[in-house]
Amino acid sequence: MIGMDGTTYLDYSATTPVDPRVVEAMLPYLTERFGNPNSLYRLGREAHAALEDARERVARSINAAAASEVVFMGCGTESDNAAIFGITTANGRDRGHVVVSAFEHHAVLEPAHALAKRGFEVTELKPRPDGTVYPEDLEAVMRDDTVLVSIMHGNNEIGTLQPISELARVAHARGAAFHSDAAQTLGKVDIDVQALGVDAMSFSGHKIYAPKGVGVLYLKRGTPFAPQMLGGGQEARRRSGTQNVAGAVAFARALEIMDEERPTEAPRLAALRDRLVERLLARVEHARLNAADAPERLPHIANFIIPGCEGEAMLLHLDAAGFAVSTGSACSSGSLKPSHVLLSIGLPPELAHGSLRVSLGRWSTEADVDAFIDALTPIVEKLRSMNPLYEKTIAALERGA
Amino acid sequence: MYSEKVMDHFANPRNVGVIEDADGVGEVGNPVCGDVMKITIKVAEDRIEDIKFQTLGCGAAIATSSIVTEMAKGMTLEEAVAITKQQVADELGGLPPAKMHCSVLATDGLKRAVDDYLVKHGREPIGGPIVSDDPHFDPHEDDGEV
Repeated sequence: MIGMDGTTYLDYSATTPVDPRVVEAMLPYLTERFGNPNSLYRLGREAHAALEDARERVARSINAAAASEVVFMGCGTESDNAAIFGITTANGRDRGHVVVSAFEHHAVLEPAHALAKRGFEVTELKPRPDGTVYPEDLEAVMRDDTVLVSIMHGNNEIGTLQPISELARVAHARGAAFHSDAAQTLGKVDIDVQALGVDAMSFSGHKIYAPKGVGVLYLKRGTPFAPQMLGGGQEARRRSGTQNVAGAVAFARALEIMDEERPTEAPRLAALRDRLVERLLARVEHARLNAADAPERLPHIANFIIPGCEGEAMLLHLDAAGFAVSTGSACSSGSLKPSHVLLSIGLPPELAHGSLRVSLGRWSTEADVDAFIDALTPIVEKLRSMNPLYEKTIAALERGA
Repeated sequence: MYSEKVMDHFANPRNVGVIEDADGVGEVGNPVCGDVMKITIKVAEDRIEDIKFQTLGCGAAIATSSIVTEMAKGMTLEEAVAITKQQVADELGGLPPAKMHCSVLATDGLKRAVDDYLVKHGREPIGGPIVSDDPHFDPHEDDGEV
């Protein structure tokens, strides 16, 4: 899509524009139907009805057994935090073993690190180089005192899908609860929480063309849970705070559109991604696709290594040329380490610094993809010509390959 | 996040390349950290007559490399090694705090090229310690220069 400022947006995994149909659905709840859903008078009842309708529609989309299993929250990160802290510390527990995969989003990793500081033991399970966490690898680290396993549904940087139902089965066989961060997969692939067998799953609105500031936690009935936000007891005491009615309505409408359009949109995006991968690898010498051997992947994400180039430098040149993409280079994060995701699948840091993530979405076209590759090619040439180690880097790569 | 001058030196870097018959060569940085810089200099009567650079790195790494070559051209060797990371950053109209280490890369590269020249001519090096090739070099640690 060409944005307002002429930018070709290829970073839909970072965030999405709000779909005009979603704006239309939510607007009345910002203005004339502004009531507090917990008030008893008509305005409140109207808002309450809209909130509960949104809850039911979300529950239906993910095949929750009951609408009450859908808890509206402030964002995907809050949903992850609530699941990790809420499940592990339920019933006053302050010890135990927790497993997370090493390439989780920081919204899962940081709560896990916080638990480790409080006295829990945390195992960070490495995915294999194909970007997949294998059930037998999980089995090997499970313990009798494992309380919770949290493994993401689809990785936000490399787009690989995880075998959630098998992983959940492994966790349950040892008496642990299973949570999955599905911020990247909601709407992109069919999600059936009962078939997946998860106890908790986290979702984010702004990845599915709803606004920022609304998330959902699916919490299976009977799952032990200590609420993290205390107050007026809204959301059946699981998340206090006056509900974001307009956000919930937007979330439900956005998810409905994702579901309606997925049968045609998912193959369209997959074909677009394949065109991108094929053409980029053909045009940019020595470029490679990360986690290329993954058994299953999301249709809209492709993550490349461009050897001999640094990610932030590519990103800035692309920005100047009118393209928005992401990188996992250290310099983009303000730390010295490149993306923990790329390191976790075995990429050496010197290659990980040269990563580019392209993520496609509703308004991406073949013309966008082709123009991106046309813009990238001379940028790569320019940066490589300035790299004092370029010949050495390529020689080392060729020895390795 | 970057000043206009940083973006200008990043997009249109000055003095890019390698002097083939260089009098001094300085290579610093570590590909593990994502930053590597190579400076080549021509020296006449202890003055930097010509200077070129190649850099693998982020926007700030390229911009600081470019500006340091502009600053050093025409300077005496003593003046050149006295350039501080803060002077490099100031010349660029400031750098974000997380990017200050990039200017260390630039000043280190220059020091190493000068010392390479001096040592080749049997003279004592004057550049002082080099910090930026250490993979554990912490850019956020204050080295007292600021």
